[in-house]
Amino acid sequence: MKLFRFRGGIHPPSRKELSAGSAIETMPLPERLYIPMQQHIGTPAEPAVKIGQHVLKGQLLARASGALSAPIHAPTSGWIRAVTDFTAPHPSGLPILTVVLEPDGKDEWDEFPLPKDPFEMPPELIAERVAAAGIVGMGGATFPTAVKLGGATNKHIHTLLINGGECEPYLTCDDRLMRERAFEVIDGVLLILHGIRWGRAIIAIEDNKHEALEAMRATAKGYGQLEVVAVPTLYPMGSEKQLIKTVTGLEVPAGGLAAQVGVLVQNVATAYAVHEAIRYGRPLVRRIVTVSGGAVRDRRNLEVPIGTLVDDLLRHCGHDGEPERLLMGGPMMGTVLPHAMVPIVKGSNGVLALSKPELPEGSASPCIRCGSCVRVCPVGLMPLELMKRAQNNDLDGAQDYGLSDCLSCGTCAYVCPAHLPLTHYFNYAKGELAARAQQKRKNDYTRQLVQARQARLEREAQAKAAAAAKRKAERAAKKAQEAEA
Amino acid sequence: MLAAVLSLTVLGLALGWLLGLAARRFRVDVDPRVAQVEALMPGSQCGQCGFPGCSPAALAVVNGEAPLTLCPPGGKALVEALGNTLGISVDTSAMNDGDPQLARVDETICIGCIKCLRTCPTDAIVGAPKQIHVVMERACTGCGACIEICPTGALALMEEEPTLRTWRWAKPQLVAA
Ligand code: SF4
Ligand code: SF4
Ligand code: SF4
Ligand code: SF4
Repeated sequence: MKLFRFRGGIHPPSRKELSAGSAIETMPLPERLYIPMQQHIGTPAEPAVKIGQHVLKGQLLARASGALSAPIHAPTSGWIRAVTDFTAPHPSGLPILTVVLEPDGKDEWDEFPLPKDPFEMPPELIAERVAAAGIVGMGGATFPTAVKLGGATNKHIHTLLINGGECEPYLTCDDRLMRERAFEVIDGVLLILHGIRWGRAIIAIEDNKHEALEAMRATAKGYGQLEVVAVPTLYPMGSEKQLIKTVTGLEVPAGGLAAQVGVLVQNVATAYAVHEAIRYGRPLVRRIVTVSGGAVRDRRNLEVPIGTLVDDLLRHCGHDGEPERLLMGGPMMGTVLPHAMVPIVKGSNGVLALSKPELPEGSASPCIRCGSCVRVCPVGLMPLELMKRAQNNDLDGAQDYGLSDCLSCGTCAYVCPAHLPLTHYFNYAKGELAARAQQKRKNDYTRQLVQARQARLEREAQAKAAAAAKRKAERAAKKAQEAEA
Repeated sequence: MLAAVLSLTVLGLALGWLLGLAARRFRVDVDPRVAQVEALMPGSQCGQCGFPGCSPAALAVVNGEAPLTLCPPGGKALVEALGNTLGISVDTSAMNDGDPQLARVDETICIGCIKCLRTCPTDAIVGAPKQIHVVMERACTGCGACIEICPTGALALMEEEPTLRTWRWAKPQLVAA
């Protein structure tokens, strides 16, 4: 298959060897599970359980609310102990509404009616079941999968692209999944194809994962509609637009979506979750997480119930002293965690406890205009110019230089010889833009309220005047009556 | 009688004509931008800008007598909108970026007098007589009108607590860049 090259990109040290050899193991149930009500892009789910209630594994904990949302299910059987605010896996360390579940140790599944032959099911039913199972993009984007599938049926999708890139250093959970559960992943891919009524899928895997490629190729053999391709190892290959470009040569326009060029992208772990949901009726309640980094003693790939604390994982794997930096996800685009008392969510593909030597060193110095950042930016932006504008709070200027197309992939900051925190600047500028938009909405709302109040005051004044006139008339009538009498 | 009526009519007509002339002659062009600017402002007439309301504030802005950053409730979003309308670029980085303030009722002190409720320009306070009142954060602009009127001092402005929805990355602090 002919491949294309996206612009820029880098080869950071992969460090995958730390955990690639560890087969998937089941994480023992922790004492408590902390299940946040928002683990997806969109509106938070609404809790549907009471404190003290006993739930079975897979039972609904929270309903989806609105069109862009996803339900959340019990990761094991046990009792609901609280519905309360708990730290979110987010750099701010701010809280989010969370259901606290105490496992009863039986890990007893709820009963689900099994479909006879999913391929006999009407295609719409696949998206429906995927929605009910609470599946979201498991590569980290956490976009509700059913919304993507539903959208795909009425657009001209010509290719289903399965993302097995896993280009972030350290992470090996998708690699292990493809090696050990290739059959299930392939089945998930076929089910998604059935759901979108389309026949062709390309499974793209970075060429540093030989075993995964082999396993997936062997399993896909015999299905004419599936093609497994090895794509070059190049960061950020796993980014949607870059992968599409590599495999199909198509460029998703700036600010556009993959569907616009007729491609639907799904992660391999998402395909696996679809298999579980359609074949066994099981909702998404656990995921595979790579626990790695220099500060971790036994680096592993663990199948973890959603809601397990990062602290539980680190204690299970053992760690030497306090890590220098704690991350959820990969080192390039992952989330820096404030502490380890935060739960694993549907989008958590890794927990990294990094030691000092693994972190970039050197303090920032002025930009020397070397242009390295421009050469490597996969989007073709000019990071140094963007940064200058972000520094000066010139948001319009930054927009003109393509701020909203920036992936925050960290590639530019990685190569910058002056150690400038380029990506941090872009996150800051994007946040300011969002704040601006929020403020504007508030101003509009204020204006509405003021107008409503004015209208109300006028109505009240009119009502008062009318009442006064009525009283006056009544008094006059009374007087007239008295005069007559 | 008739003479009086006639002379008054003539006088009235003549004066009216003169007035009309004067109006045409000495007409002050109202800058259409004033209306545009006023439409951008939050319209709460809260007076935080030091003007008696949004309309005089808009006039002052257009005449260059007040800075674009005059309106605290409008925030940076308003400054930028004003700058675009008037073709002026402003450096918003100098703007006080303190977190927006919101009024909060101390439930142990509020006596439910409904004074604040009637004062609030955005109807942000809900309550009933003799019941403890609550400020709806979404509607409060932090104008402080209610603070002054409250007889028991139950209302105070507090910094808005950040949530996951409002949290933003801080600007990187660099000595040299
Ligand atoms: S890589 Fe760093 S030093 Fe070089 S041009 Fe970009 S920002 Fe400047
Ligand atoms: S972070 Fe943004 S500007 Fe930097 S390389 Fe990635 S896409 Fe380009
Ligand atoms: S501060 Fe803003 S909202 Fe308040 S009166 Fe002045 S212009 Fe209007
Ligand atoms: S500060 Fe008081 S009067 Fe002003 S908007 Fe807020 S609640 Fe209303």
